[in-house]
Amino acid sequence: MAGADDESGVREEFLSEAQEIVETLSRDLLLLEQSQKEGRNDPDLLNDIFRAVHTLKGLAGMFGLSSLQTLAHTLENLLDDLRLGRVDLTQEALDILFDGIERIQRILASGDEQSPLDISDLEKSIDRVAEAVPGERDVLRDFSLGENVLGVLTEYEEHRLRQNVTQGTPIYRLRVSFGLSLIDTALEELKARARPLAELITFLPSMGAADEDVIDLEVLLASAVDQEMLREALCTGEALLEPITRKDQPPRQVERPRPAAPRGEAAAPKAEATPAARPAVPPPGASRAEEGDAVEPSVVEASSLPNARTPNTNVALDRVGADALSLRSVANTVRVNIQKLDHLMNVVGELAIVRSAVAQITERLRSHPELRYLSTELHRIARGFERNLTELQDGILDVRMVPLGQVFDKLARVVRQTARDARKEIRLEVKGSETEVDKLIVEELSDPLMHLIRNAIDHGIESPERRKELGKPVQGLLGLTAYQKGNHVVIDVSDDGAGMDPQRLRRKAIERGMVADDEAHEMSREDLLNLVFMPGFTTSETITDLSGRGVGMDVVKTNISKLGGVIDIHSEVGKGTIVTITLPITLAIISALVIRVAGQLYAIPLANVQEALLLDSRAIRTVEGREVMTLRGGTLPLCRIRELFRMGEHVDTGRGSRQFVVVSQLGTRRIGLVVDLLLGQQDIVIKALGKSLRSVRGFIGATDLGDQAVTLVLDTPQILEEVLASNDRRGLEASP
Amino acid sequence: MRAFVRATLEDSGFADVTEAANGFEALRLLPRERYDLVVTDINMPDIHGLELLSFMRKSDVHATTPVIIVSTENAQRDRERGMALGANAYLTKPFDPEALRETARRVVEARRAEESGAGPGRVDK
Repeated sequence: MAGADDESGVREEFLSEAQEIVETLSRDLLLLEQSQKEGRNDPDLLNDIFRAVHTLKGLAGMFGLSSLQTLAHTLENLLDDLRLGRVDLTQEALDILFDGIERIQRILASGDEQSPLDISDLEKSIDRVAEAVPGERDVLRDFSLGENVLGVLTEYEEHRLRQNVTQGTPIYRLRVSFGLSLIDTALEELKARARPLAELITFLPSMGAADEDVIDLEVLLASAVDQEMLREALCTGEALLEPITRKDQPPRQVERPRPAAPRGEAAAPKAEATPAARPAVPPPGASRAEEGDAVEPSVVEASSLPNARTPNTNVALDRVGADALSLRSVANTVRVNIQKLDHLMNVVGELAIVRSAVAQITERLRSHPELRYLSTELHRIARGFERNLTELQDGILDVRMVPLGQVFDKLARVVRQTARDARKEIRLEVKGSETEVDKLIVEELSDPLMHLIRNAIDHGIESPERRKELGKPVQGLLGLTAYQKGNHVVIDVSDDGAGMDPQRLRRKAIERGMVADDEAHEMSREDLLNLVFMPGFTTSETITDLSGRGVGMDVVKTNISKLGGVIDIHSEVGKGTIVTITLPITLAIISALVIRVAGQLYAIPLANVQEALLLDSRAIRTVEGREVMTLRGGTLPLCRIRELFRMGEHVDTGRGSRQFVVVSQLGTRRIGLVVDLLLGQQDIVIKALGKSLRSVRGFIGATDLGDQAVTLVLDTPQILEEVLASNDRRGLEASP
Repeated sequence: MRAFVRATLEDSGFADVTEAANGFEALRLLPRERYDLVVTDINMPDIHGLELLSFMRKSDVHATTPVIIVSTENAQRDRERGMALGANAYLTKPFDPEALRETARRVVEARRAEESGAGPGRVDK
């Protein structure tokens, strides 16, 4: 029994790690494609991708998942050829990589990692791509690089060096010394400084000449930027930078900052380091000192001056410290099964119930004068308990939060694939991927967002030819924007495509008998746009493979509502469409307003409550058979909960005929819920209704307020929809 | 991989096996100790196996320390380079424990034949 549990735990661990790698891989592949399109090559990125696939292969091997291992191995070979320059990074090669990752993703998603896998087609494509092997002339021997350096390069490093030499990028040698204990952070820092300016090819370590706690590194790097700029960026402390020259050219004097250089000479280094320049041509008249002679003494000089080094080392240490901190936070990450967090949250929920029960007992004690001192003491303890509980709750909530980037990254892949299938050119613009939402919400978001994106590409954005005719940029713009707004997160899916025509929607709705003719003509522009959310509604004449998969916008809407969110559409013909999703930040525990109607208690999630006020009967009017009230000059449709639930005229004793209005806003729409009494705010844990009650509409679940009785939680978004959707319908029917 | 190498070496009678997670860690550890054996992967980020090997051969302490390099099958060039730099043996991934055990025994005994003196064993990656 325990063994089986262990096994599934291990499997889960594997799956989540593999999933993580695949996500990073997809992101990196997209970046790689981007850089390839822009004509840049990014060897570091390619190497990272190679490593990630290698890790995945190892992981699969460890768990005996041979099909996954074979697939990863095949991709790894291609990547190895790509990074070593044996194969060119073409669009075709990229397609194979994307295809491969997609297959890995499918294997992971299916949960069937054991079945044999046919990848012969993939292998064939790879063979095709790998056929053209460019030959490399050995240009490295022309350089004054000793065997002691060349002999230590890996094949990959040698390829990178050769590539840079062939492209005419000047090569430099940087000599630095690092203390043993700090070498990794110090090198990270050096890499960070070098990255924008140069490609670091290799780090050749040797024991410090002066001090055995110091390691000297001989770093080979390629850079097209001005030599002085490079020196300024890299040579903190005692570091020493020198260009590596061709053998047939006299080596140049070891350069140091030359403040005293005559003006006429100052232009020389700049001219020689322009990107297109041949490698390291020395300025005319430079001293012809032997390379070895010139370099060695200066190294000794630097290392033997510990005092001179100290201040610089301190500066470096500060920066290193910051880097080390960020590195540490990455290493300290723990992966936790969301169910464990759910369990903790449930415990917190139970504690919240205990707290409410204690509060009620305190209240009861207070009414006995002889026990009042107990009441006061209990109250004090309860307050401390409450503080800790809130902290605990916030802590767990915080752990559950993940950046939306997780789902956006997956969607980027969907965008790419869909655009290719639809033969459209799309530029994806992602904003706010750092916005955090409850992990469970993120999980549930991928499908609806995927559908919206497919819709936008398939039906929204026009073909490149059509866009040209319209005078729009050929590349369609697809936007994914997320931001936090109070207790909600808003996600906009926007496109600059054809937009939706309300008149066309109206015609379709009438054609399909979804709305009556006269009804349709009374509908506002917004109502018409919202028609797309009705089940079975589609305006596309041909159902394509892309979006017409039987999942309609109604499903998108249902899924979003299940998360307690709402969805709105804004569209302009010819300009584009924005679909806005507004979601609560978490589902786990919520603040609720407790109300009473006809003697029954209900909870309304506070996130859905804008304000609550006393109902002023004089402000009520009837418009088209429907009650509305005037609120600060605006019109607010009213919904009497008592009538909605057909509860009859139960008289709430003691309070006279006073009633309250709870104003609830969702997206752009508002409604006033009329209730008998406001009992106050309370944190609640929502429990789902049992299977038999799940079809009852109007409630998202039930909760215990601490009185051991079940209290229903109102589904305000649904009530709002129902009430606003039908002008004449009164009351909610329980759907089958 | 490291755990596997460690377990195999411990099985083979190396009492004191030290692990280094990457090239840096190895660089940090190497100058401070004598080792009977170093096992290192070639493909590591930043400081790779060849650099580590070259570093060791340049230092007084590790000029003759036995080194086994580990690489994948398609990294033949790197493997040859490693041997040229003075590695004592190589293993191609994936290898079985017996291969490591046998190779380790061989290189350590060869070294002992030249000079004597025992120290802790060591694993790197």
